[in-house]
Amino acid sequence: MSKLTLKELSKQEELLSGGHRLCAGCGASIIVRQILLAAEDPVVVTSATGCLEVATTIFPYTAWKVPFFHSAFENSAATASGVEAMYQSLKKQGKIKEKIKFIAFGGDGGTYDIGFQSLSGALERGHDFTYICYDNGAYMNTGIQRSSSTPIGAATTTSPAGKVVPGKMQHRKNLTKIVEAHNIPYLAQASPSKPMDLMKKVRKALATEGPCFLNIVSPCNRGWRSALDGAIRESQLAVDTCFWPLYEVEEGKVKITFKPKEKKPIEEWLKVQGRFKHLFKPENGWIIEKMQKRIDHDWEKLLARHEADQPVKE
Amino acid sequence: MSGLKNWKELTPGAVIEEAGNAAKYETGGWRTYRPVLDEKKCIHCLNCWISCPDTAIIVRDEKMTGFDYDHCKGCGVCADVCPKKVQAISMEQEGK
Amino acid sequence: MGQRVAMTGNIAMANAMRQINPDVCAAYPITPSTEIMQQFSSFVADGLVKTVLVPAESEHSAMSACIGAAAAGGRVMTATSSQGLALMWEMLFIAAGNRLPIVLAMANRALSAPINIHGDTSDAMGARDSGWIQIFSENGQEAYDNLIQAVRIAEHLDIRLPVMVGMDGFIISHSIESMELLDDEKVRDFVGEYTPSRPLLDIQHPRTYGPLDLQDYYIEHKRQEYEAMKNAKSVILEVAKDFSNRFGREYGLFEAYHLDDAEVAIVVLNSAAGTVKTVIEELRADGVKAGLLKPRVFRPFPAEEIAAALSGVKAVCVMDRADGVNAVGGPLFPEFRSALYDATPRPMIINKVFGLGGRDLGLHHVREVFAELGKIAETGKIETLAEYITVRN
Repeated sequence: MSKLTLKELSKQEELLSGGHRLCAGCGASIIVRQILLAAEDPVVVTSATGCLEVATTIFPYTAWKVPFFHSAFENSAATASGVEAMYQSLKKQGKIKEKIKFIAFGGDGGTYDIGFQSLSGALERGHDFTYICYDNGAYMNTGIQRSSSTPIGAATTTSPAGKVVPGKMQHRKNLTKIVEAHNIPYLAQASPSKPMDLMKKVRKALATEGPCFLNIVSPCNRGWRSALDGAIRESQLAVDTCFWPLYEVEEGKVKITFKPKEKKPIEEWLKVQGRFKHLFKPENGWIIEKMQKRIDHDWEKLLARHEADQPVKE
Repeated sequence: MSGLKNWKELTPGAVIEEAGNAAKYETGGWRTYRPVLDEKKCIHCLNCWISCPDTAIIVRDEKMTGFDYDHCKGCGVCADVCPKKVQAISMEQEGK
Repeated sequence: MGQRVAMTGNIAMANAMRQINPDVCAAYPITPSTEIMQQFSSFVADGLVKTVLVPAESEHSAMSACIGAAAAGGRVMTATSSQGLALMWEMLFIAAGNRLPIVLAMANRALSAPINIHGDTSDAMGARDSGWIQIFSENGQEAYDNLIQAVRIAEHLDIRLPVMVGMDGFIISHSIESMELLDDEKVRDFVGEYTPSRPLLDIQHPRTYGPLDLQDYYIEHKRQEYEAMKNAKSVILEVAKDFSNRFGREYGLFEAYHLDDAEVAIVVLNSAAGTVKTVIEELRADGVKAGLLKPRVFRPFPAEEIAAALSGVKAVCVMDRADGVNAVGGPLFPEFRSALYDATPRPMIINKVFGLGGRDLGLHHVREVFAELGKIAETGKIETLAEYITVRN
């Protein structure tokens, strides 16, 4: 295993080329670059339909320097199942000698929603692959429609902040917790603002036999209505407010991998995003309160699990 | 549409055989602001490199040496992640 | 030669799969094809095949996994019916568009609603424009023979298109018939070693599959697919010829039964052809020049050959065990009618939708159809262009 330092990694070949057509300042390509840099064995990638796929593979161009397969929106995990099954078959037959790892990408639409069943099926079947959700909290590719990952209160084009309804009225689904219920060997949440933490988790996932899952917060300045240069700032705020805790679950044991020195109020994250602008009107303050309450509750539970799962010091 | 291949010349199934050929497609024209490096200030922490969405930070021998302006879209994430005490990258308006 | 056995269509299909010995199978159970994968799973469990099984959580995922596996670079098969094929629908086009030689064993069944588990070809007709080669079978023997040939057809380098092989649900899938099972080794020799084309797992040559293909290129890629489908006709015949040389059973694009001198003829897919043949024998004994055209290959659609075979017949009835609900007849009808536009002399042509949801087609129904065709041939007049039969009026 090569040393995981930026200096060491900078000597490696970049496996996602420039010239892709993701928006300026996109979080997804930052995440993909970090993942491909962290991978040590050759990887084969599948992807759900979405920003990442359409913008990186506009025929006759591809930004991918690893084998890449896209077929539809809801089936990144199912497709990876097939690719991995063929690898196992050919390896058993002695037709393939190399060690190959498999990564399936999907956005929150392709993972939380339309691809949820295919993800669950592939995790249950135990394929040796890592599923990575880049979660930007809405269907950004089709023009910012709400998903089950969209935070409460967020204005999207299908949950607009109107005169009567102030944005999305439901809490987001906690997919990481649902994935945990599959009892897979390794899963984690990560953020591109903590690249070393993210890449360590990628290495762990790829080194683990069986299905692994990473949920990664992925800023989208178009959908979040936020600054062009804000991807790293905003994803770090998501971590510092504990909206997006960085933790892992290894063989059922929870470990928080980054604890903010001081947990910031959720307003800090909300106020840098235009999609939450309306929440700062006095009549909508209850939504921020409701969101804060949920975050506090989830964070307390996570802390308690972390404490309970830490090895006893001698 | 001259110069484009006809159907007999294409790989069946729309498979792209040339890995990473998107590099031939230049997105530098998207920029309204360009990042500029002050080499004297740079401490080569490589924060900019690991945070660039466009693989547009050029690193040689562990050192940040500049930008790939053919592909840099001018988002400014590099300048944002440059340590506050260092501020080696500034964003300047294109065409000035 | 092979071994004489008594088995159901499903078990025959499963045995063809065992002998073909694919690298990966991904499937999801659905009546009436369930038994194919059930039987095949026991072959896997007993180590009789090298196949890695992906027991997917839906047909959509099963076809997605087949597509991933085929692109990865190996031989891939699956089986389904009805709603399962309908759920695969999105992925069928992708399998064909990516030019992946997946082979699908299909027990044809009616589509919901209302829900019905029995034999008709509504499922296959829903996939007729998906870019898959479609082959149909009258009985278990044909289903078995066709599935073996399908592998060679799909994998031919001029084609590289997926193939589905149908037989009637329950009527054939669950009926035991006496048939010949070929020797394992002979089937293995016939299908040959798989040569992957642009495998995804070739990490020395990283390829991108499934790009966004816009106005500049999409139509060129579809034009290629069209060419492959056109090529399929001659390859299907080539493969059939080799099959008959080795194993003695002959196959074409369709079966022409007493068609040479026929004055009246029926066109019908799958098992109903057997019923029609029985009636033709009766009618021939009475001096009626009746015939049958049983399409084997529906995609590619052999329009010229059909026109040639049916030209000279005075009246033809296309019988559809499916309805496109376009209010002018079942799905085979417009295609056959269109093919006959160029036939000289051009037959009169009518349509009957029959047997939906497994409703029996009796000998008397077929006799009535032939009687009607006789009247049309005599008078040169069609009273009813298209209608339902085997239905209570």
